[in-house]
Amino acid sequence: MMVNTDCIIEVEGLHSRFGNHVVHEDINLCVHRGEVLALVGSSGSGKTVLLRQMLGLETPAQGTVRVFGQPVHGADRNELQGMRNRCGILFQKGALFSALSVFDNIALPMRELRTLDERMIRDLVMLKLKMVEIDAEHANKMPAELSGGMIKRIALARAMALDPELLFLDEPTSGLDPVLSEGFVKLIQALRSELTLTIVMATHDLDTLAALADRVAVLAEQRLLALGSLGEVISTSHPFISKFFLGERGKKTLGNNGYIV
Amino acid sequence: MSDQLPDLGSLLLRRVTGEDGAPYLLLAGNCTLAVLEQRLQALSAELAGYAADPRLHWDLTGIEQMDDAGAVLLWRAWGARRPQHLLLRPEQERLFNRLGKTPPLPAPPARDLLWPVTKLGGAVFLLWEHLTGIVILAGQLLLDMKYLAAHPARIPWREISANLFRTGAQALGITALVGFLIGVVLSYLSSKQLQMFGADIFIINILGMSIIRELGPMLAAILVAGRSGSSMTAQLGVMRVTEELDALTVMGIPHSLRLVLPKVIGLGIAMPLVVLWTSAIALLGGMVVAELQLGLSYHFFLHKLPDAVPLANLWLGLGKGVVCGMIIALIACHFGLRIKSDTESLGAGTTNSVVTAITVVIIIDAIFAVIFSDVGIK
Repeated sequence: MMVNTDCIIEVEGLHSRFGNHVVHEDINLCVHRGEVLALVGSSGSGKTVLLRQMLGLETPAQGTVRVFGQPVHGADRNELQGMRNRCGILFQKGALFSALSVFDNIALPMRELRTLDERMIRDLVMLKLKMVEIDAEHANKMPAELSGGMIKRIALARAMALDPELLFLDEPTSGLDPVLSEGFVKLIQALRSELTLTIVMATHDLDTLAALADRVAVLAEQRLLALGSLGEVISTSHPFISKFFLGERGKKTLGNNGYIV
Repeated sequence: MSDQLPDLGSLLLRRVTGEDGAPYLLLAGNCTLAVLEQRLQALSAELAGYAADPRLHWDLTGIEQMDDAGAVLLWRAWGARRPQHLLLRPEQERLFNRLGKTPPLPAPPARDLLWPVTKLGGAVFLLWEHLTGIVILAGQLLLDMKYLAAHPARIPWREISANLFRTGAQALGITALVGFLIGVVLSYLSSKQLQMFGADIFIINILGMSIIRELGPMLAAILVAGRSGSSMTAQLGVMRVTEELDALTVMGIPHSLRLVLPKVIGLGIAMPLVVLWTSAIALLGGMVVAELQLGLSYHFFLHKLPDAVPLANLWLGLGKGVVCGMIIALIACHFGLRIKSDTESLGAGTTNSVVTAITVVIIIDAIFAVIFSDVGIK
């Protein structure tokens, strides 16, 4: 896929803290159009916080986040809504609305647009379900009746409901079995071949990372430790990076994917 | 050849006659939801018009980007099948293949014609389930008490005292406010009536009896049912959602002993104290108005109160407090433990808990009134 150098998300001089606890210190980051950027870091390094700040769910103590060239914090209602319609997000635990059936969960963002008629919505929802390999018989079920893996896939279908240009994935493969993880990676690759899709994902899964990420951003010690392709990041010498990528598990995974010999 | 209005970036349709003499429809530009959103209806009709001609060759290779919504738009125009002559790029091929294999939405289960009967039956069974559930929970608490009597070191003192603080000490403000205002209103209305008969002095009897015997306990019970009952149900419900209840079970810590019993005992102790407090403040409010309206001095009021209201009424009020407190906590815990792990059930469970608790409190009051009809009344 073609990767342009224009920034779809720009993070400038971002500081965030909770009380006295500093999470980020002066983070600068640019997500290019059409790339898959993976945010990695140990637990508590602020990956999810950064993701939430990009979505406008949290306000940084200092600094700006611009998505599609508009500041996320302080944009007016219409601009923000327009921006939100172009983004999809997969939350870590799915965050399906438990009061709505599977079908209605996916149809909700489409209905909110108010330009699609109900028959088209029906076809689209079934297509999305087919895409994430959920059988039609589950469409009328409630989220409480589903397994964790199914919830995750349906949440992905909902995130993809409006065919977003920008997709945020928070731990996309956690809670999926290896077969489904593999299928998930394939699915994302297929989507990228059809559309210019920009993806920002926070993940711990080195397999997914190696298969999908164009660039990797390593968050540790409150700052952006390294940013670049997986190969470049691995060659950065820093104790955290060596531990994260070149530990026993990391070596095995990355070795299988041909990153280290 | 008819040219469409050029719309930058959007989908362009161009009908041409090919070298072989057949009509071609060339599609170009972007066929995505974000681009097409505003002209979706018009485009849908236009495409359907083109699709009516079976000889038309559709050429989609000029389309830069096509998403699912764009594909569905075309698919619908074609009548859910591919036209005879179709040129596609490989990734579009994949998209339409998937569309071809998409199953229709299964019909929602048809509504049973006997639904009023099944609904009623379900409600009866549910009521039975709640009744047995509460009895079983109460029985379990008795067994727990027996166990604790034999193992006093296991009594959950900390939880009991935490509940005492939350349901008792923190409820003092709101019960005082409501009690005071009710006392004021009651005293004002009664003194107006009594003045007509020149029976001013009976204000003490009216206020004393009604507040100590009925209003104090009832006000406190209803406020506490709304305040503490809902919080107990919601707390247990959220613990179910976050799997904390399951974590306790696998650690071998029984819910009834660690969660339910401290709440029942805590509220059983806190409630009579709250009743006492509410009654006292309500009497204070009544006393203030009696002084202003009728000129009864505080000293006189307090001096006459024990004569007007036999002591048994106070015990009766406190007794109601103990029973109501324990029942409110029991009902709140029963509903809390039944909550399933979805938001809908959390809301419904909390509502049911509070409504049931308030109803039961009033029923208990009626039962007390019948049983003790000749106690404490001169």
